[in-house]
Amino acid sequence: MLELHSLTIHEIRDMLRAGQICSKDILDSVYSRIEALDDKIGAYLTLTKEEAYEAAAIIDKKIAEGEKLGDLAGIPMAIKDNISTKGVKTTCASKMLENYVPPFDAHAYEKLKEAGAILIGKTNLDEFAMGSSTENSAFKITRNPWDLERVPGGSSGGSAAAVASDEAYFALGSDTGGSIRQPASLCGVVGFKPTYGAVSRYGLVAFGSSFDQIGPFTKDVEDCAILLNHLYGHDKKDSTSLNVEFGDFTEALNKDIKGMRIGLPEEYFGEGIDPEVKKLVLDGVKVLEGLGAHVEEISLPYSKYALPVYYIAASAEASSNLARYDGVRYGYRAKDYSSLEELYVNSRSEGFGEEVKLRIMLGTYTLSSGYYDAYYNKALKVRRLIKQEFEEAFEKYDVLISPTSPTTAFKIGERTDDQLAMYMSDICTVPINIAGIPAISVPCGLSKGLPVGMQIMSKSLGEASIIKVAHAFEQNTNFTKKKPTL
Amino acid sequence: MNYETIIGLEIHAELSTKTKAFCNCKNEFGGEVNTNCCPVCMGYPGALPVLNKKVVEYAVKAGLALGCEISLYSKTDRKNYFYPDLPKAYQISQYDTPLCKNGKIKIEVDGKEKYIGITRIHIEEDAGKLIHGTESEDYSLVDFNRSGVPLIEIVSEPDIRSPLEARLYLEKLKGILEYLEISDCKMQEGSLRCDANISIRPVGQKEFGTKTEIKNMNSMKALQRALEYEEERHKKVLSEGGTIVQETRRWDEAKGITVSMRTKEQAHDYRYFPEPDLVPIILTEEWIEGIKKDLPELPDEKRKRFVREYGIPDYDASVLTLTKELSDFFETCAKGHKNPKAISNWVMGEVLRIMKEKELELKDLRIKPEFLRKLVDLVDEGVLSSTGAKQVFEEMFKTGEEPESLVDKLGLRQISDEGAIVELVKKVLSENQKSVEDYKNGKTNALGYLVGQCMKASKGKGNPQIINKILKDLLS
Repeated sequence: MLELHSLTIHEIRDMLRAGQICSKDILDSVYSRIEALDDKIGAYLTLTKEEAYEAAAIIDKKIAEGEKLGDLAGIPMAIKDNISTKGVKTTCASKMLENYVPPFDAHAYEKLKEAGAILIGKTNLDEFAMGSSTENSAFKITRNPWDLERVPGGSSGGSAAAVASDEAYFALGSDTGGSIRQPASLCGVVGFKPTYGAVSRYGLVAFGSSFDQIGPFTKDVEDCAILLNHLYGHDKKDSTSLNVEFGDFTEALNKDIKGMRIGLPEEYFGEGIDPEVKKLVLDGVKVLEGLGAHVEEISLPYSKYALPVYYIAASAEASSNLARYDGVRYGYRAKDYSSLEELYVNSRSEGFGEEVKLRIMLGTYTLSSGYYDAYYNKALKVRRLIKQEFEEAFEKYDVLISPTSPTTAFKIGERTDDQLAMYMSDICTVPINIAGIPAISVPCGLSKGLPVGMQIMSKSLGEASIIKVAHAFEQNTNFTKKKPTL
Repeated sequence: MNYETIIGLEIHAELSTKTKAFCNCKNEFGGEVNTNCCPVCMGYPGALPVLNKKVVEYAVKAGLALGCEISLYSKTDRKNYFYPDLPKAYQISQYDTPLCKNGKIKIEVDGKEKYIGITRIHIEEDAGKLIHGTESEDYSLVDFNRSGVPLIEIVSEPDIRSPLEARLYLEKLKGILEYLEISDCKMQEGSLRCDANISIRPVGQKEFGTKTEIKNMNSMKALQRALEYEEERHKKVLSEGGTIVQETRRWDEAKGITVSMRTKEQAHDYRYFPEPDLVPIILTEEWIEGIKKDLPELPDEKRKRFVREYGIPDYDASVLTLTKELSDFFETCAKGHKNPKAISNWVMGEVLRIMKEKELELKDLRIKPEFLRKLVDLVDEGVLSSTGAKQVFEEMFKTGEEPESLVDKLGLRQISDEGAIVELVKKVLSENQKSVEDYKNGKTNALGYLVGQCMKASKGKGNPQIINKILKDLLS
């Protein structure tokens, strides 16, 4: 008997259309998987079983009555718990929003719902998406399905682990400095960070507004293309949302990559990159070369400033974005206070975790009068240089390729006391958010039994090139088919 | 020592757009608490602002009317601070790229023209309103109806040299905003708010003295009083050898004093930075030209036109055009009327007096423009005496009735029928032979006495002009 939960979106979609299965069967498969495994893995914070079965019943009725179905009809989805879901708790894995229930849907979720997808639950993350291991969640630890002693990466660790363990067919995450790609890499799934502005941020709880993008975790590249078709689009509720025609990304599937120009930025293969990770990525590049792509080494010298630029600018925005959690209208309020100031100080001191407080302090400092020019303003200037450097590179190359994460999944607790080591996890992914360009992480092999991800980047709105290369790679290797033993 | 006073004003005006600055909520004053609000203006996680284009349009109108340069590129910034009425804990404002800059306003002080520079005009959003419990019920509540309402902040240069000038500047500015119909400009309701920076320096000194900032002045009168108080306070402190502390002070209307709120050391660091949720505001010359073409007539132009079209003195025109409402009222009365000066006198005299006495606004007066026209006609036609007209005016104010019926109701119709007056005068002359003799002997003031007697005989209803004329005829 075929295990339904291990299939992809396009596979179960075909079966549903063919009448081989109904929407309820799909839900049964995924919920029984969650029941069997999630105590061990800890991907979910909230399950929405009741609402999910109601939605499935409506779809099955539609099928029975021969009504037209949405493209994603009956496909279960997991959503990172910093993306607003009306009537369903959206905690950001923070004590601050432990009981917060949004009165509206995030635009991205709304679009998938319109296409028929069914929310099955909300996934764990580093508190307010700040972290690279999902260890900063106020509620629980999520474990890597490939090795339960290891982290799934972060901040969208719950979403990555859910897809990797077949506890979800696909999941949404958010990526501010690598929070989709890095956990995708560490969990051996496909993760995509869209061009800034391609997916509406409305309803995504803001961390670094000028970096944040919602994107999908999928089991293969085809599923990723299918989801981008639904997620992309202008939203007048988000001023930074792009108003352009995106086209059909599935048209980029099954294409010849002969003659495509691939650049390998040397800075992304240098110091701090695990040699085996480097080897697997370069092996992957050889596969592409074998398919007729031209490969060249290039240099992106400004990339070495990406990490400080990111931690200054994103933390500055975060310090302001998270100021609204003051215990006044919603969220956590301290029990003891005797003045307005104490209400603020106590609620925020007790409601936020250490990493969040650290970044708020960092951001507040860099925006302070007297320091603004030295830090924030300088960071903005360097940001422009990094952006420009990418633009120049993409005049010569269709895509750039690098490792997604410098290492494979590390052990739980291994880096919690070493802030810098933790921040280094994002060294290859952060520059992409700084430049606002799109990038994917696709599995490119196992190192000591742990997945390694290859990052493919393109210029802004160059998604089709990424999908083309990633799909060609996937079709000529078997890495996305590899599953952890659970 | 002689001191010179330096004042600069920061004015906040709520823009009367239909919807708020960054969401679709209605922009309305009053209303049940927390009914005009949504996730955006209540600062819910994940909600995003979208700039209302009308806000930019209104602000640009103000900028053009005040002779500002309009920035083709400007952006919004976040001003960060914690307060329960500020749901996002930052206000969306503009920091280093105001929409408009370098304008000016002309005022008249003691008949002399003077320009007050406008440093900048920028757009921003209003905060909510706190409602505090009593001392026994220790709580505070927030009403978000006002949260996200669009504001423009208009910052003047430190060109103002007296509390009176400050008031004249604010009155002029208020008038212009009203003419543009971009703000209600109600100081009592808070749709026009004014903060003032004041310092003094010895006459002849170049450097500014230490300034204090005054808040909470809720009327024109309060602005002037507060600044007069503060000006004296500065002088007193300095004359006693003390120093002025740079601080923010609150005007206490009831006590008539300013009280310290916070010193410079306690001032906020607002940590301004560009608002990443909004895109820059890019304007084109064509668009600005379009707005400019559609600007309504402004107070100074209207004043000149009133002089030209209605032949009223410039002083009258300056008073009548101070507010748009008053100028509209005057013009409705005076249009096509043969005696605009009389109408001007009525509006500037009785109408303004009664508004001030009863603390009423023009729209609340029951005196319709056509009633005032008729009233002037009745006087001009001799139906009413000027004192009778004042009585009719009072009654119009009280009852809202039209003047002609009031004339009879009050029994004020003058006798203007010459035949009847001739009879009356003849009778008076025959009863006052002595005065007649006196007059004929050159005692001209006897005529006054005779007019008085005639008025008395007519029980005050005789038309004095006609009586005069007939008297002279009969005595010659």
